[in-house]
Amino acid sequence: MHRVVKISKGLDINLKGAPVAETTTIAAAKLYALMPADFTRVTPKVVVKPEDVVKAGEPLFVDKNCPEIQFVSPVSGKVVAVNRGERRRVLSVVVESDGKFESVDYKAKDVLSLSAEEVKADLLKSGLFAFMRQRPYDVIATPSDSPRAIFVSAFDSKPLAVDFEVALKGNEDDFQIGLDALSRIAPVYMGVSASQKAAALSVAKNVTTTIFKGPHPAGNVGVQINHVAPVNKGEVVWTIGAEEVIFIGRLFNKGKVDFTRTVALAGSEVKNPSYSKVVLGAQISTLVAGRLKEDNPLRIIDGNVLTGKPTTADGFLGAFSTEVTVIPEIMGGDEAFGWIAPRFSMFSTSRSYFSWLMPKRSYTIDARIKGGERHMIMSNEYDKVFPMDIYPEYLIKAIITGNIDKMEELGIYEVAPEDFALCEFVDSSKLELQRIVREGLDKLRAEMC
Amino acid sequence: MKFLRNYLNKIKPNFEEGGKLHAFRSVFDGMETFLFVPNDTSKSGVNIHDAIDSKRIMSLVVIALLPAMLFGMYNLGYQNALAAGAVATTSCWEMFLFGLMVMLPKIAVTYIVGLGIEFIVAQWKNEEIHEGFLVSGVLIPMIVPAGCPLWVLAVATAFSVIFAKEVFGGTGMNIVNVALIARAFIFFAYPSVISGESVWVATESIFGIGYDLPDGYTCATALQFVKEGGAIVGAAGAELSVCDLICGFMPGSIGETSVIAIALGAILLLWTGVASWKVMVSVFVGGIAMVLLFTGLMPENPALQQPIYTHLLLGGFCFGAVFMATDPVTAARTETGKFIYGFGIGAMAILIRVFNPGYPEGMMLAILLMNVTAPFIDYCVVQSNVKARAKRLTKKN
Repeated sequence: MHRVVKISKGLDINLKGAPVAETTTIAAAKLYALMPADFTRVTPKVVVKPEDVVKAGEPLFVDKNCPEIQFVSPVSGKVVAVNRGERRRVLSVVVESDGKFESVDYKAKDVLSLSAEEVKADLLKSGLFAFMRQRPYDVIATPSDSPRAIFVSAFDSKPLAVDFEVALKGNEDDFQIGLDALSRIAPVYMGVSASQKAAALSVAKNVTTTIFKGPHPAGNVGVQINHVAPVNKGEVVWTIGAEEVIFIGRLFNKGKVDFTRTVALAGSEVKNPSYSKVVLGAQISTLVAGRLKEDNPLRIIDGNVLTGKPTTADGFLGAFSTEVTVIPEIMGGDEAFGWIAPRFSMFSTSRSYFSWLMPKRSYTIDARIKGGERHMIMSNEYDKVFPMDIYPEYLIKAIITGNIDKMEELGIYEVAPEDFALCEFVDSSKLELQRIVREGLDKLRAEMC
Repeated sequence: MKFLRNYLNKIKPNFEEGGKLHAFRSVFDGMETFLFVPNDTSKSGVNIHDAIDSKRIMSLVVIALLPAMLFGMYNLGYQNALAAGAVATTSCWEMFLFGLMVMLPKIAVTYIVGLGIEFIVAQWKNEEIHEGFLVSGVLIPMIVPAGCPLWVLAVATAFSVIFAKEVFGGTGMNIVNVALIARAFIFFAYPSVISGESVWVATESIFGIGYDLPDGYTCATALQFVKEGGAIVGAAGAELSVCDLICGFMPGSIGETSVIAIALGAILLLWTGVASWKVMVSVFVGGIAMVLLFTGLMPENPALQQPIYTHLLLGGFCFGAVFMATDPVTAARTETGKFIYGFGIGAMAILIRVFNPGYPEGMMLAILLMNVTAPFIDYCVVQSNVKARAKRLTKKN
């Protein structure tokens, strides 16, 4: 039997527009892009120019500091633009698909006969290594490291998140081979939700499976690491998304890169929220065309409501995004006396609202902050939704004051910005906690590396 | 409301950078956000936010204070009529009206002085106005005696807002409770207006309402009687019943007397989770433990001749436990720390009451003392987490 971990702290935000487990067929997008900003703190060096013809798996840019990490084209076609922003920072490299989805041939291999170095080399060559992240610092992993373990979370507990079992259907073999490949590098730990029934998860081989029960953030890989084997100073663990494990499986199973994801279109402003097969980096317009309501000004989010970035229909699906969420930007603005009004339709963890009376009700929440930024006033707000053996408030204060020693002592090596997303949601002082944690991690990394 | 919104939109440019009324930006900003929830949406980080904000939290505390304040107003009139021997001929409304007229100038003065300073600081630092003073501004008039002159109140408010809060960085950064510092300032700088026997009952009629009491009228607080070991006597010279003590028909600081009114506030604060039950409960536990301890050690001490519950009913014990000790900014912020912090307040308050020869009340000093100790308590609690982490590391190596 697998070990069961029960998480009691946390919060499930019940939002309208959860995707139903159906796959909607949509036309393949014409344009695809890879955005360096998705690969945290990578300095890109673009290796293609417009009009170059590429196959899926050929690099578009590499990491300047570690050129063996390649970031490859998700489709075959022609490079049409290298978009740059301020100070010539690369924003995106856009590829026009030829509709054939031809991949470089990597030859199918029996992963269990390969060494760790061979697996790493294949991942680097195919561009799949770019999806491997590491704790500490929550950045793209360094190939020369020998991680203590690799953690995979097979479920996402965020509001409106995708159900991995939908993505897993039909990809079971690839998923297992992906796990096999990872197990060649380091021991693999997989976190599974108590509600997941798929056999591919429950009897997965070459992994140590832990079952997590409880509300979000039980599905966050950081929470899972903290409960299974917390990261100590000087240690490195790698993390990778469950859908990316399928990409790795396809590489060794079929000898090619295939970045087809099962992406959810969800949110209160979507007509029929469901799943679609989409190749990574696709232009979002093909996914949302004709499927959005028009009652409110819209916010299209590349990713989840808690961690995703606002984008537009002309934007592209992020490298790590498994969903596109659409919520109202402002719903019924210019609200009078909000600080005292009963606001029956609003969701809050505070009992000064009435949402606690209706725990089953689902809500439409717009993107308004609904308050001004203040110093930290209330205590115990973060702790209630932060199921790690860490004092989040004190860690945040250590980061704000730039105290490196304190950050280390309080456990910054174990966290990533996404772990603070729920804290940021419930915070009555409206502090940008994810940004603060990111800055803290960057500062520490600059000091230590 | 649409008209108001349009009007605000029209005059807004005057208050922006370069506008002719830019010097009043913070005032405009404060009014605008008071009237309308800002339409600002998140630019980075989470895309959705909980509907709670600090304005609502602070307003809740003010609402929780209302029962105690309204009762305090009534009690001012009641005590005045009682002292004049005219309770039977005075209607409830007259008593309340009298109290209202004693209280209103006090509230007005604290708000004008305190908010005035807040507006200036917000303008100077180019920040939004913080709501913390909404609560302090109500608390300060409630924890002074009826006879406290307005100018003393103004000086004390200015002192506490500037030196207890703004120099530390505003609401959320202060180390000690702002309202209590105002009271402590009066206590040390103008002891005659907050101690003794002549300040607790309003002695002058206002616009013909209430009664002029004879010069030299005195009535001590119930705590004073307890301290001296005698029976507890009210404004009319009659002994007070337990019911009087619970309902609050006794002289004292304006808001602190009625346990029932304070309990109503406590229910709201605990229900909404604004105040921590851990702090509140442990203040009472600390108080009871200390009374029991002292009664065992020195049963003949005059201050310990009353039943245990009187110590909790009298003075500012309940008011302090519910509204002052639970101030999230100055209380301990860790959950374990809250128990220690609350217990310390209750114990300290009784300790000071029993041993301080000059002044019968100890709650104010106990809370201020524990405010200063709270960061240390938290440090110890957090340090245990730090040590566990360090141990994990050494174990691994």
